[in-house]
Parts: sequence; C-alpha cells; structure tokens
Amino acid sequence: MSWEVVIGLEIHAQLTTNTKIFSGSSIAYGAQPNTQACAIDLGMPGMLPVLNEAVIGKSIRLALALNAEIGRKSVFERKNYFYPDLPKGYQTSQLQYPIVGKGTLEIEVDGVKKTIGVTRAHLEEDAGKSVHGILPGMSGIDLNRAGTPLLEIVSEPDMRSAKEAVAYARKMHELVQYLGICDGNMQEGSFRVDSNVSVRRPGAPLGTRTELKNINSFRFIEKAIEYEIARQIEVLESGGKIVQETRLYDADNDVTRSMRSKEEANDYRYFPCPDLLPVVITDEDIDAVRAQMPELPDVKRARYMAEFGLSDYDAGVLTGSRELAEYFEAVLAATGGKDAKVCANWIMSDLSGALNRAGLSISQSPISAAHLAGMIARIQDNTISGKLAKQVFDAMWNGEGSADEIIASKGLKQITDSGAIEALVDEVLANNPSQVEAYKGGQEKMLGYFVGQIMKASGGQANPGQVNQILKAKLGG
Amino acid sequence: MSLGKTEVEYISRLAAIAVKDDEVGEVAAKLSNILDLFAQMEAADTQGVEPMAHPLDQVQRLRRDVISETDQHEKLQSVAPSTSEGLYLVPQVIE
Repeated sequence: MSWEVVIGLEIHAQLTTNTKIFSGSSIAYGAQPNTQACAIDLGMPGMLPVLNEAVIGKSIRLALALNAEIGRKSVFERKNYFYPDLPKGYQTSQLQYPIVGKGTLEIEVDGVKKTIGVTRAHLEEDAGKSVHGILPGMSGIDLNRAGTPLLEIVSEPDMRSAKEAVAYARKMHELVQYLGICDGNMQEGSFRVDSNVSVRRPGAPLGTRTELKNINSFRFIEKAIEYEIARQIEVLESGGKIVQETRLYDADNDVTRSMRSKEEANDYRYFPCPDLLPVVITDEDIDAVRAQMPELPDVKRARYMAEFGLSDYDAGVLTGSRELAEYFEAVLAATGGKDAKVCANWIMSDLSGALNRAGLSISQSPISAAHLAGMIARIQDNTISGKLAKQVFDAMWNGEGSADEIIASKGLKQITDSGAIEALVDEVLANNPSQVEAYKGGQEKMLGYFVGQIMKASGGQANPGQVNQILKAKLGG
Repeated sequence: MSLGKTEVEYISRLAAIAVKDDEVGEVAAKLSNILDLFAQMEAADTQGVEPMAHPLDQVQRLRRDVISETDQHEKLQSVAPSTSEGLYLVPQVIE
C-alpha cells in the first residue's frame, strides 16, 4: 500500500525596511554586536513600540500578489516564551487577526500546474542571535536582529512531494523579490523556510508531522524533505510512531536529526499586546499600493510569450528574477524592440554562462545592458557576424569598452563588400583545384571546407551569409 | 473553577515564577478566583459584539521608516550583569 506525503511550509521573509518593526534602529546586516539594539529592542521598562509604516505597504503588496484577503484591522499579540535571545520574554506577533489572510500561489512541477493555498501571512519581530563557545559555560547574545520585521507566510498542507515544496518555496522567493519586499538572501537568513512534513495512507487523517528548520538552500530543503519522508515511512512500516519534533538537516551526511526537544510542550499563551493598537488598512491604502505594483512574474512570462514570441522556457528563464527581466527588457528596447530571440539567446547562453562561471549575479554583470545592446545592434546592421560578436563579447567582459570601441580597436569590422568577398572566393578556389574537382564530382561536403578557407583568409571577418551565397554561385556556374 | 497543584506547577514553570510548596494552595486559590471571574464574563451574551482587541477605541499610529536610534550599547550594557566583546553573556543555553 502506498503512502501519501503531506507538506506545509512556513516561510519567514525579512522585510526590506531601513529600521526595525517597532523602533528606529537600523537593521543593516553585519554590524558589530548590539550596536543596533536600542532600549525598545531590549524591552527596557517604560519603552513603547511604535509600528513602522513601511511594513504595512509591503504586506499589502504580498496580499495583492497572492490574491489574498487583507486584514482591514489586524492585531498584534504577544507570544510568550523564555529564551535569552528574546529580551522581552515574548515575541510580538499576530495570530487571530493577521495582516494577510487566505490567498493562493500557483506552482508548476514537470509541466503540471497546481494551486497551493496560503493560509495567512502575519507580521512579527525577529529574535536576537545566540553566539556559543566564546567563554566556557556561557552564551553570548547579540540583539541586533531583535525587532527586525518579518512576514511569516504560512501555507496550507497542500504539497505532496519534496519537488512541489521546493517549487512553492522558489516561487515565493522569486515573488517577494519581484515585489521588492524582501531581498531573498538565504545565506544571511533574510528568507527562511521551515517545512512541516508528514505521511499518511491515502484518505486517512493527517499523520504526525515533524518540522525541518534552518536549511538555507533549496537543494538541501529538497534533500532534507526526501530523507525525512523515507525516514517516516520506514518508522511507520516497522510498526513505530512518529514523534512530533523539530529536526535539523545535516548536509554532510544527508540525514535529519532530532533537535534536543524542549522540555515543555508549546504553550505560548498568546494575548493581544496592550502596547499596540489595532492596525487599520483603508481602501485608499490598498489603492495606493495597487497603483505601484510591479508586473508579476507569471504575467510577465505570459507577456514575453505573446508579445515577443519567446518560448515558454525562454520566458520562464528571463522572468526568473526581476533583475534579469529588467536587463532583458533594457537590451531589447535599446536594439529597437525587434529580435527578442537574439537578445534572449545572448543573455541566456553567453552572458548567463559567463556570470555563472564567475559566480556573479546579473546585477553584478561586467557587461551592462547598454553595452550588450550596442553589440547586438552591430550584428543587426551586419557590421559584425555572430562569430566576431563572440570576440567582442569577450572583450566587453574584460572591460575593454563598448562594442563600437572594440570593433574599431581590434579591426573586427565584418567584410560585406561583395567585390572583396568575391576576390577571396576566387583566390581560395584557385588555390584548391583538386578540391574543386572533388566537389564537382559529387563531394558536397567540400563546401564546408571552402567556407572555412575563405573565412580564414578573411581573418574571420567576411560575412558568412555572403560567402556562402557567392561561393555557391561560383561553384554552380 | 478550581486549580490543583499540577496546574499551578505547570503555570509557574511556563511563567518562570518560583512557587514554594507551602504557597501552592494560596496561589491556586487566587488563580481560581481569576478564572471564576473570566467564567462569569464568558457567560455574558456576546452575540453580535465585535471582539475587542484593545480597550482604547483608537487605531495604531505609524512611524516613518527612518533610522533615529544611535549606538548606545556601552550605556545599555553598563547595567548588564556580564558582557564580553559587545555581547551580553548568559549561562550556556545549549549543550
């Protein structure tokens, strides 16, 4: 009998604000310990939190993108527990009245589309960080992160495989960056994915779940879930029981391990925070955000296919990040808006390949969109061939200037003068009489040989189309 | 509603408040009184009444997203029992 996998994800997206959710402290990453933790963040007596207006607009953005209900009146509550990195003894969060209600996100796995439910997204503050091993028997606490604004996006248990879970996580990752509400940096913990995994017999009630935490790459999330599914099935099939617990993924050994379980069951005794009043969102607030919404990835993708005639695959790659899509659109616009496929190819093959090898992102590309467009324009007007363009591309990558500068300095201008090309063709044919005989005797592959010789004689600069045309005319005549 | 020893111990552990054995009875009675009061309120008919999130009938004022706090960790840490290299020190929290 088979098992059905049930996965729900809780994603913590750190909002791209300047300051904390309830205080005017900076949230910049990497500062010296406790230099960005003020009296409010520390929960000093008499301090009053005041909500950062920026988190409201960013939450509305997410709600609109997920077609979700918007909490017109959302309420902050205190989630009570004791831990040294939580200075107040409670985390200010939302429970009953979250700022973002029910919504959906569409994913695609192996060509099959599926709609995943989003239960809610609520605003909350992050905790600080514990540093271990600085002094024996002691832990160090850095509260710079305490009070950093988070949106916790909770999905329905709608995913049925590790692949679906990762597709959802990736889609959400792409979305929050498009919306400009989260930088998506998983290494710095700006986008954290917790997976709730369980298995059951089809049709049976939900099985006991375990939670996988602190995994900072999509590849490892997939592997951790795969491992956890196999582990749970093995436990159940050998007559055991799943214990509800948090497990950590050990990437070196590709296993999940039980985290030392807390002595107490979770009993957070939520209650409304008396320091904060209900947050009201008006129609005007929503309209103002709607007016500034960027084009979303799915819409953009469909537009690339309809408007530019790109394939589903090409459109998917180019809209994979907002930066890449903007780069593509800049190149396309600067080359007159035609030849979308040519622009796409240069970006997806040569440029992406070079960026990958150098470990750079599109925003760090040594070749600007203007420079790449300048090069493509020279292909379009026949100044250079696609082959010469590769040399220009490499030179631009090495910072040798714009396409025009490189073409001039390296003398890469394509030969398009048919008289000059004819002379080259004549020369090559005259120098290779036996090959000409062979060709005329039926060895058509000799054509490639002649083209190669002619291109070589021209220093690679003859226009290949014209070479072919003139060569065929001469040989045929 | 009356609370027993087990509940008092559980609640005191969650709240991290030490309750001595000879205080359990008194604490249990006090907490039970509070719960009785809630039970009384719960008995009221609240059909059609919007749940109240805050006793003040006002909405949250918002703050502009501008950095206004400066680094005051030396001052703030002067009242901490123990610090090292900018970190607050606490008894080790993991094994």
